[in-house]
Amino acid sequence: MTPFTYERAGSPAEAAATAARTPGAKFIAGGTNLLDLMKLQIETPSHLIDVNGLSLDTIASTQDGGLRIGALVSNTNLAADARVRRDYPLLSRALLAGASGQLRNKATTAGNLLQRTRCPYFYDTAQPCNKRHPGSGCSAIGGVTRQLGVIGTSEACIATHPSDMAVALSALDATVETVKADGATRRIPMADFHRLPGDTPHIETALEEGELITAVVLPKPVGGRHIYRKVRDRASYAFALVSVGAIIQPDGTGRVALGGVAHKPWRLRAAEAELPRGAHAVVERLLADARPTRDNAFKITLVERTLKAVLHEARG
Amino acid sequence: MLKDTGPVFSRRSVVAAGAMTAAAAMTSSQARAQNREPEPHAAHEEGPKVSQMKVRLTVNGSPYELNLDTRTSLLDALREHLHLTGTKKGCDHGQCGACTVIVDGVRINSCLTLAVMHEGDRITTIEGLGTPARMHPMQAAFVKHDGYQCGYCTPGQICSAVAVLDEIKAGVPSHVTADLTAMPELSVDEVRERMSGNICRCGAYSNIVEAIAEVAGRPT
Repeated sequence: MTPFTYERAGSPAEAAATAARTPGAKFIAGGTNLLDLMKLQIETPSHLIDVNGLSLDTIASTQDGGLRIGALVSNTNLAADARVRRDYPLLSRALLAGASGQLRNKATTAGNLLQRTRCPYFYDTAQPCNKRHPGSGCSAIGGVTRQLGVIGTSEACIATHPSDMAVALSALDATVETVKADGATRRIPMADFHRLPGDTPHIETALEEGELITAVVLPKPVGGRHIYRKVRDRASYAFALVSVGAIIQPDGTGRVALGGVAHKPWRLRAAEAELPRGAHAVVERLLADARPTRDNAFKITLVERTLKAVLHEARG
Repeated sequence: MLKDTGPVFSRRSVVAAGAMTAAAAMTSSQARAQNREPEPHAAHEEGPKVSQMKVRLTVNGSPYELNLDTRTSLLDALREHLHLTGTKKGCDHGQCGACTVIVDGVRINSCLTLAVMHEGDRITTIEGLGTPARMHPMQAAFVKHDGYQCGYCTPGQICSAVAVLDEIKAGVPSHVTADLTAMPELSVDEVRERMSGNICRCGAYSNIVEAIAEVAGRPT
């Protein structure tokens, strides 16, 4: 790790202002991804702003029947919340499919969204990577790509966003609430929060310099069957090869978001209109623009089969 | 049951040998990560200077005040500064669980958190759970069921297992919990899933599960 100074934030707005005016500053909450990357000197902040004391660790009901999840609510506490388990089981299921018990205890809601979109070449500091060193090239393209993205990729990057939680939040139409360095607040829909790589894969979210996530808001429950199905190389504690998060209504309509296929949770409303016609019709639309590699073309078939299993379970 | 001190002391040489094997298998980046001292040339380079900070921790019931390089992980603070070497450094990246400790009642990877982030926290390590003479029921069960071979992952396994039973008792669901709205069961499947963040390269898993199941089945 490179040396850094450390401070505890006093308020969200103050933290945002400090982060914006201090070169090399980063927020730290759970730290489970940031410290991992700092040890490899992939992240080298010169100043850390610890936001853990900001009292953003509660889940409150909203006026329109939804939930406001504080940025610092741990993944464990969010998955275990009785309201989430009852009204948004997709979110509980997705969280519980991710990481390990120890990591979920420390990882926060905001931190989960802000974990780096990454691939094994991002971690290998001996190789070029456009995320680590913009313009240096992508070692994954032409490399071992079995785990990597099949859609929304670019010539600069084919990494996937590893969060299970984000897939559920995408399907649930969640909104990210933030405070900016000038104290102004804004709401960012999940669909716009994470970015596709394009030619700037090092910029992964819509957040501005210093902007701090304060909460994630869920709209009022939509009912239906909530299913999160994750396919991975071992039964627990592994990233998804593909995952399907779905909310299926009794009439066969619903929502579908995918993990493990793109730089962000992958969702397309036009494809959801095909749900009553079955998994093949949905995936044909959802992954119409896929550009898989030879090693990860299996993901297209795997998504369709996984969605088929999900729709079967939803009917059962 | 085995004698109180026997198995623990007879295992010490085995544990040390296991640590050496682990060290030999480390990659260079892990080896660098293990070196908590600044790089020798760091002082001559431009960039931020090493920053020191005071932090107060309560570890196994005793209060401590430490002056630490801000980069010090909770794991290194425990091992290198408080000399509580029961907590082990495996991967140092949150993948193996050897460093698991209990902070304010919750199990975490002590390698992936900074000591300065734990001002005022209460930390329990393997040394705080029990002693060779007065073992915690989970420690006794690991001995009885031979829930280890080299022993390197064992402190993390035991801290994790103790917290897992509390999590089940508190109704925290897991990936294999069938009904999210019901209390989770104390089943073998639940234990296996919840312990997946603790790797045992000797493969003592079946004995570890038996040890945890025995403690879980005990009336408390």
